[in-house]
Amino acid sequence: MQELVRTIKYEADRVPGFGKEIMQVPGCENLQSCIQCGTCSGMCPLSIYMDYTPRQIIELVRSDFKNEVLKSYTIWLCASCYVCTVECPREVPITDIMYELKQRAIYEGYYPKRFQIPVLANQFFKMVYKHGRVTENFLVTEMLLKSNWKDIFRSWKLGLKLLARGRFPLKTENVEKKEEVRKMLDVVDRVSIDTLAGISHTGNGKKH
Amino acid sequence: MKYAYYPGCSIKGTGRAYEESLLPVLKALDVEFEEIDDWNCCGATAYMAVDEIKSCVLASRNLALAEKGGYSEMMAPCSACYLVLNKAQRYIETSGPVADTVKKALGAINLKITKKIKVRHPLDILLNDVGLDRIKQKVKRPLTGLKVATYYGCQIVRPYSTFDDQYNPTSMDKLIKALGATVVNFPLKTRCCGGSLTGTLPEPGLLCAYILLKEAMKRGADVISTACSLCQFNLDGYQDKIAKKWEPVQVPALYFTQLMGLAFGFSEEEMGLHRCIVPFSLENVLNKEAVAS
Repeated sequence: MQELVRTIKYEADRVPGFGKEIMQVPGCENLQSCIQCGTCSGMCPLSIYMDYTPRQIIELVRSDFKNEVLKSYTIWLCASCYVCTVECPREVPITDIMYELKQRAIYEGYYPKRFQIPVLANQFFKMVYKHGRVTENFLVTEMLLKSNWKDIFRSWKLGLKLLARGRFPLKTENVEKKEEVRKMLDVVDRVSIDTLAGISHTGNGKKH
Repeated sequence: MKYAYYPGCSIKGTGRAYEESLLPVLKALDVEFEEIDDWNCCGATAYMAVDEIKSCVLASRNLALAEKGGYSEMMAPCSACYLVLNKAQRYIETSGPVADTVKKALGAINLKITKKIKVRHPLDILLNDVGLDRIKQKVKRPLTGLKVATYYGCQIVRPYSTFDDQYNPTSMDKLIKALGATVVNFPLKTRCCGGSLTGTLPEPGLLCAYILLKEAMKRGADVISTACSLCQFNLDGYQDKIAKKWEPVQVPALYFTQLMGLAFGFSEEEMGLHRCIVPFSLENVLNKEAVAS
């Protein structure tokens, strides 16, 4: 017979204040009204791959289990299709909460190293700062180099097919006034949204 | 009405067939538009994961450029751009701190937002501004006999439903029917295609695409029509990988604008059909259908 294993969470592992902190972020206030019905988990096309279902993530956030939440794969598996947000009977903007959790995980260095999804987000971020636009094939190549470079060999066939069909640009796309884009983004660095919202925590994209 | 055209990054690279088909179709219908000068990336889903406020700032530069150009409406054919631009506007409207930061950032480069530019998807423009009657008039080669699964993807109807029903959108169905084709019942029309996961974590990403392709085949579709460059890419680009992992699937995935163009009498080459990885030939499909019946 298969052995049944259960993970025990201890009260002592909670990080008091984490739930409140997230609830104070503009857009995440509705977290409190979740009734744990599980509609989000049932509708989510990716919940079968998640370590915690979206419903569990919501409860873990509210109960201050910061480490479990920020280390989870769940937040990265959310492809932001918004089905949970639209179906939620309590109007909890779950997708936006997932975005907030991703931002925290990146800022506080929680995500698994070399894990492709946050690496992609970071590379995307850098590419826009540098070029103002994104050239997807280069983005994916960079992501693979910084995560599992061996995967490049698994993707070369697709790359060739795209190349043959003129869908693999060989030149990066650029904004003409690149300095404008950089200037704007630099301004934001000086005004973090969290400090503006009167929250002492500064974990919302101040450092890159 | 002249629309400010915001192409977005994908449409200039992997999704170029979308632009190649969209622009001639709009021109054939006398829709006036002009590409926004020096537009930048909207931020897409990846940027939101790093910094939401910067994502809003990026999107708002494009809105401000459109305003500066004297436009009141913007056309965004990519679902992610369409959503992000709409989302940025809502944030600016509802959050004082976001509005202030955006104002400061735009001010630093001598731009500003003083009015709300209406951000619209081509499906919305085609249905509600051009109208089905004018589209029907342009049809030279009706797609009679072609069975189409209309796939909207997630982000043009969620979380905001600006022009179509969130749970059961029908705008593309009406459009495809106006071209003479048959729309098959496809209940997964707004289910996630896997988004960028196909490139990052193959197993979950590919499963999403596989489920859509298999369902379309079971429904007897000859082709899936899409309205977003990432959806098209996921459905078209990974069918061999899906075959290796699960079972062979073969359904071409086109942009709805490519089907429109074919019906309007443009050639397959003009509509960028040679860019599809899973080949599609209207003649072959229709001949097959004729033999079968």
